[in-house]
Amino acid sequence: MKYLDEYRDPALARRLLRAIHSTVTRRWTIMEVCGGQTHTIIRSGIDLLLPSKLRLVHGPGCPVCVTPLAAIDRALAISSRPGILFCSFGDMLRVPGSGRDLLSVRAEGADIRMVYSPLDAVRLARDNPSREVVFFAVGFETTAPATALAARQARLWGLRNFSLLAAHVLVPPAMAALLSASDNQVQGFLAAGHVCAVTGYEAYHGLAHRFAVPIVVTGFEPVDLLEGILLTVRQLESGRNQVQNQYARAVRSEGNRSAQEAVADVYEVCDRPWRGLGVLPRSGLRLTPRYRDMDAELRFPVTTPPTVESAECRSGEVLRGLIRPDQCSAFGTRCTPDSPLGAPMVTSEGACAAYWKYRRTKEARAAAPLA
Amino acid sequence: MSELSGLTCPAPVTSGDRVLLAHGEGGRLTRRLIRELLLPAFANDYLRPLADGALLPAAGGRLVMTTDGSVVSPLFFPGGDIGKLAVHGAINDLASCGADPLYLSLAFILEEGLPIETLRRVVVSIAAASRACGIPVVTGDTKVVPHGMADGLYLTTTAIGSQRAGIDWSARRVRPGDRVIVTGTLGEHGLAVLAAREGFELVGEGLVSDSAPLHELAKCLDACGEAVHFVRDPTRGGVAAVLHELSEAAGVSIVVDEPALPVTSAVHGACELLGLDVLHVANEGKLVVVVDPDAAEAALTRLRRHPLGRAAAAVGRITSASNPGVLIRGGLGALRMLDEPNGAPLPRIC
Amino acid sequence: MCLGIPGLIVERDDRGDALPSARVEFGGIQRKVCIACVPDAVPGDYVIVHAGIAISRLDAEEAERLLEHLRTIGELENELPPDSEELDEVSG
Repeated sequence: MKYLDEYRDPALARRLLRAIHSTVTRRWTIMEVCGGQTHTIIRSGIDLLLPSKLRLVHGPGCPVCVTPLAAIDRALAISSRPGILFCSFGDMLRVPGSGRDLLSVRAEGADIRMVYSPLDAVRLARDNPSREVVFFAVGFETTAPATALAARQARLWGLRNFSLLAAHVLVPPAMAALLSASDNQVQGFLAAGHVCAVTGYEAYHGLAHRFAVPIVVTGFEPVDLLEGILLTVRQLESGRNQVQNQYARAVRSEGNRSAQEAVADVYEVCDRPWRGLGVLPRSGLRLTPRYRDMDAELRFPVTTPPTVESAECRSGEVLRGLIRPDQCSAFGTRCTPDSPLGAPMVTSEGACAAYWKYRRTKEARAAAPLA
Repeated sequence: MSELSGLTCPAPVTSGDRVLLAHGEGGRLTRRLIRELLLPAFANDYLRPLADGALLPAAGGRLVMTTDGSVVSPLFFPGGDIGKLAVHGAINDLASCGADPLYLSLAFILEEGLPIETLRRVVVSIAAASRACGIPVVTGDTKVVPHGMADGLYLTTTAIGSQRAGIDWSARRVRPGDRVIVTGTLGEHGLAVLAAREGFELVGEGLVSDSAPLHELAKCLDACGEAVHFVRDPTRGGVAAVLHELSEAAGVSIVVDEPALPVTSAVHGACELLGLDVLHVANEGKLVVVVDPDAAEAALTRLRRHPLGRAAAAVGRITSASNPGVLIRGGLGALRMLDEPNGAPLPRIC
Repeated sequence: MCLGIPGLIVERDDRGDALPSARVEFGGIQRKVCIACVPDAVPGDYVIVHAGIAISRLDAEEAERLLEHLRTIGELENELPPDSEELDEVSG
């Protein structure tokens, strides 16, 4: 596939790896924010091929994993109501709330459909006028335009049977929270390329300056990630802390204005609890008054039990890069993808789940240095 | 479709056009269904007496028996349907044991309200596949369950075959150093069904089930004799499931070479778009074959001569390791574990 | 997160009551994609598609520039640094 396969070229990857090896002279800790980037890194084994002085830690960049427990519980409750046609992205179906997940609710008889796009859910609403269709709107700024467009399409078609359960979260507040923590060890960031394709990266200059960290907007293929890492270490080695754009083929500094306008029309910023990180101010999106008639939370009020996060779960430390997943005593024993204790074990983009999938055995695990 | 026109197209078996509970009760309606739809479609001497059991001649060679439930939804999908899938699935299980297909039994579980025309289409498809593969339907059963159950139609097939002399394909024969071969491109059936079922509206000539009978393809391996150690068809759970089963059964480690996996551009595009791992996606027209390393080239040559094996490729090797498991080496050379499938593959946005 | 992949716009569909969309090709398959966020995209353009919408138009020149640049990286480095045992061990 054009513009995909070229960035998987092993020869280019090797060049970049050699360049990284010859650039790094000191220990550095770099975080990639996005779960898709984590996925590529671990699948391709990039972290095993980097110099041992370079530590990659995997950030909280999986919106599915960090979707607040309360939001999932609301989804479970709404989808269980008779007559509801509940639509969701595939990766949300196995995410456990307080005790169950959407798949088990479906097994009990609820009509829960997997869709590839929120626009498919709107079409379902148009084609099933007697059913109430609810779409579970999770995801970062990358996904918010799609759900915003879904709301606009529903309005264009005059649909009264479509609503959104809004649970979007925003990346920069999470980065700021990580960097502000007293035990933060992250010295450089690979920023999420597709989030920035929508939002642009003008806001990152402030973060780079305030926390004195280089931030490189990076793509998702092995070559992109390696170039992002190279640019970051070059900055670190020369004491710079600027924002750079590795993913320039898809990202402009102002981002996508049309997408931003759609999001600003449908959503407004609010505080939001992140699974594993607590409440982050101004880190979520909720529907604007104009679109509140499409708010599933208002249309289908449900009571959900108070949510309780596992006491044993050390996801906060994992998400901040303080420990590796396999250094948690519950890893692989009491905490597995089948019975996750916390967010990063929940889907394959979470750091713990990625380790579980790909690095569980000695043969497949490198002694990735911690200190 | 021309071979289907030769089959008797029965008159409607009831005055209505849907399956009723009575069709499964063994009385008049059941007999009419059998007489007017099933018997003409499957016409053969073993079935015709319509006894409780089919009288079959003694077979030479070891008998192999296999059974499968077919519950695929939707019933009709690009490249096939539940009937064709059931027949090919049975044959392929026999083929993996080195057995020639002999006889097939068929049990229908029909949902009350299923249009008779839908049933007829499935029956015609089964009959065509059965005829093409030389595996007659010799006995069967029909039950009907209330509306809301059985998702339209479920099929259970049991097949009997005769294992060819000298065949010994089994996990315990697998040795470190053996090569792992797949007989063609991966992921087509699972993606075709997933796309059709979930309404993803993916359009592409390549998103077509690869459902095919593999008994003749498997026979191509006979010439390699004892060098063939293990054969399995990678259906649900994909190649990953087969390799995990093999690794556990044989107590070996397996290393897959990711760049060597044969995949069409349509499947590649669909897997990228949906975020799926092709090794977890079902195949219905492929075999996984483990052979002695010295025989790998010869095995590939023989497979590639057959129309269903043109894209056969060596994709991995058996290694000995203290911890049995399945690993995969990616394009950059690094090893990672090949995850065992955990339920059906789900498209992701993440 | 943010699984987005590049696709080729084959044909636009700007019919009245729906948001503008296009038929987009990904390798060997095609799908309808909403292009409301890339309103100026035309057949022949590549776009990044996430969750059924195009979120960005791909800059072909920029893509080529990067690949060209990457092909020359490392040509001035003469030898591998000491750390490179890890590199050779797992590669090839």
